[in-house]
Amino acid sequence: MSVYLDHAATTPMFDVAIDAMAQSLRKVGNPSSLHTEGRSTRKDVEDAREKIAQAIGCLASEIIFTGSGTEADNAAIKGLFWHRKKKVILVSSIEHQAVIDPARWLAEHEGAELIEIPVTSSGVINLDFFKQIVAERGPEIALISVMHSNNETGVIQPIAEVVAIAGDIPVHSDAIQSFSKVPLSFKELGLFAMSISGHKVGGPLGIGALILRRGVEIPALLHGGGQERDIRSGTINAPSIVAFAAAVEAHIYDAAKVTSLREAFEEGVRQVRPDAIFNGQSVQRLPGISNITFPGTQSDSLLLLMDSEKVSCSTGAACSAGVHRPSHVLLAMGLSQITAQSSLRFSFGATSMQADVDYVLSVLPRVIERGLAANSVGKK
Amino acid sequence: MKIIAAMSGGVDSAVAAARAVEAGHEVIGVHLALSSNPQKYRSGARGCCTIEDSHDARRAADVIGIPFYIWDMADEFHEGVVENFMSEYAAGRTPNPCLRCNEKIKFAAVLDRAKAMGFDGVVTGHYARTQETAEGRTLHRAVDPLKDQSYVLAVLNREQIDGAIFPLGDTEKVDIRKEAEARGLAVAQKPDSHDICFVPSGDNAGWLRERLGGETGPIVDQDGIKIGEHKGAYTYTIGQRKGLGLTVPTADGSPRFVLKIEPVSNTVVVGAREDLAVNSMRGERPIFCGPQIGAAPTRGFVQVRAHGAALGCTYYLDRDQLVAELDLPLLGLATGQAMVIYDGDRVVGSATICETA
Repeated sequence: MSVYLDHAATTPMFDVAIDAMAQSLRKVGNPSSLHTEGRSTRKDVEDAREKIAQAIGCLASEIIFTGSGTEADNAAIKGLFWHRKKKVILVSSIEHQAVIDPARWLAEHEGAELIEIPVTSSGVINLDFFKQIVAERGPEIALISVMHSNNETGVIQPIAEVVAIAGDIPVHSDAIQSFSKVPLSFKELGLFAMSISGHKVGGPLGIGALILRRGVEIPALLHGGGQERDIRSGTINAPSIVAFAAAVEAHIYDAAKVTSLREAFEEGVRQVRPDAIFNGQSVQRLPGISNITFPGTQSDSLLLLMDSEKVSCSTGAACSAGVHRPSHVLLAMGLSQITAQSSLRFSFGATSMQADVDYVLSVLPRVIERGLAANSVGKK
Repeated sequence: MKIIAAMSGGVDSAVAAARAVEAGHEVIGVHLALSSNPQKYRSGARGCCTIEDSHDARRAADVIGIPFYIWDMADEFHEGVVENFMSEYAAGRTPNPCLRCNEKIKFAAVLDRAKAMGFDGVVTGHYARTQETAEGRTLHRAVDPLKDQSYVLAVLNREQIDGAIFPLGDTEKVDIRKEAEARGLAVAQKPDSHDICFVPSGDNAGWLRERLGGETGPIVDQDGIKIGEHKGAYTYTIGQRKGLGLTVPTADGSPRFVLKIEPVSNTVVVGAREDLAVNSMRGERPIFCGPQIGAAPTRGFVQVRAHGAALGCTYYLDRDQLVAELDLPLLGLATGQAMVIYDGDRVVGSATICETA
């Protein structure tokens, strides 16, 4: 048996999405063409846009399709910075690289001043710090970006409070992990911009969307035909958009079921390894993500051992050379380098079952034993 | 057996891993990240530490159909190999970092970690052979004399050799490339690496000068008379003739050679060619790849460079030092180099040269 517990990295495409995509791939017609075929494909795209808009609580015209969640994040961070012509970028210290890296790039190349909002030991942003910065530097702040939930710990962030404190300052939220997993409304949260991605919700790879408040015209990253509101150019990827919407509409993900699987898993881990530490356990988390520190181990050894037991999970981060690095998220939560490098992420999804939990728990004791042994000889 | 294949991204380790799979082992590919700040692209014949090399290793593992991981051994490599390389040069000796890497990293840190994780051994693309004998497993030269790497493996003790698999020792390099081609491995024609992997420029002297400083000092003849100035004593090698920049010629116009490097006084001593002659050598920290030898003089061969000649000698153990008395004198031998003793094609053991006479 093999067990896939890396749904936060990517999750299987739903059959309805595959079917919708296959059907769309067989159709000819550039959605920007004016003839019959073009109009037909355009209708599919706009139907899809409306479905996604409905699911996310925004206007259809507020959706700008992109090639990935990363592109949506980049477009939001760079676009809002250039649009606002102000100096300060305020982001949480636990953002995904798709947010942190463009912000750092702007600081290095475009004269931005980057301020990172620290998090508490439970992984929630420090609202007092945030409030103070907004009070002190408010008029200089170009944008604020705080993710809706963290991709490594699953910890949900207080976005409504962030928006309330921000006042007139635009707030972007990377909601890539949250979308379709927990209740989420662009409008109710009062956000200025938000990013989502297709392959995290049962849709295909290579499609994402930037939700950008109506009437705001940020500079484009990709110039060309201006297909998506003049903010994103490139032939509209109709098959992926249609499949993305089909996955969102089907909404096969059962949050209650996933939550109970994760809870059963964590309870089982606690029994097998009473020394295990569950990162972010005391606060509100996504249903499917469990981030666990196994003291005295190295997560890259654990991943190899899990993989050879046919269990797929994940370590926090790797550098461009593929070398495992301590997760910046766990470090921001106050874990030491060593503890951060002793942590694994297990993420459950729509297709996860109780049998998966039982199997992982059955192999966990020997994996941890061997991981402890490897750490005591192979590393100092 | 369950084994780890150490995959550098080169053709040899890729074919070795493929052969191990075919031999029926359960193989997992591991690429060692030895630099904490790797270069993006490989340049020339140097190294196995670039991101490009790690991609090549991953691709080979995928084609062979084995799992692949990257192990971060940068700290271990820096402490065990790079720092040792610098301190040896600073002490006036000439180390071979490849031996050190085999001794401390590939067949120590990696093998230990592999065993703790439930693996039985490590397979590498080194050209060497092992044989099972009544006295246990022994290490031997490869059949391809041009590629034979038994010299750099002579730092492995018996336990390490027991945990090692060298599937390439019976094949010539040219055939390994053909085999890689036939197996669809894109690294089939990748150039061999020759130089020191952590000196990407290939300029060892410049690399050392940058790290150890380039303090000038005297170049003296054997009578102690200053006849020139050097730019950092450790950038010279015993036997070196060129680039000395001497201002005082010898009486008969014959060339001078570096005879000795004295780090404490920061002095380089030069002299005539015949003064380079070495008739015997002593090595410390002996390691035996097979049965340990004793004090009885034994006929055999000694090799002092990775691709040097096997020199006829009589060898024996003198307390904790390995001694080799050469049949014919050898010109230019630096302390710090490894002396490797052979009995025919069998590797007896090795030691680090600490004294020559």
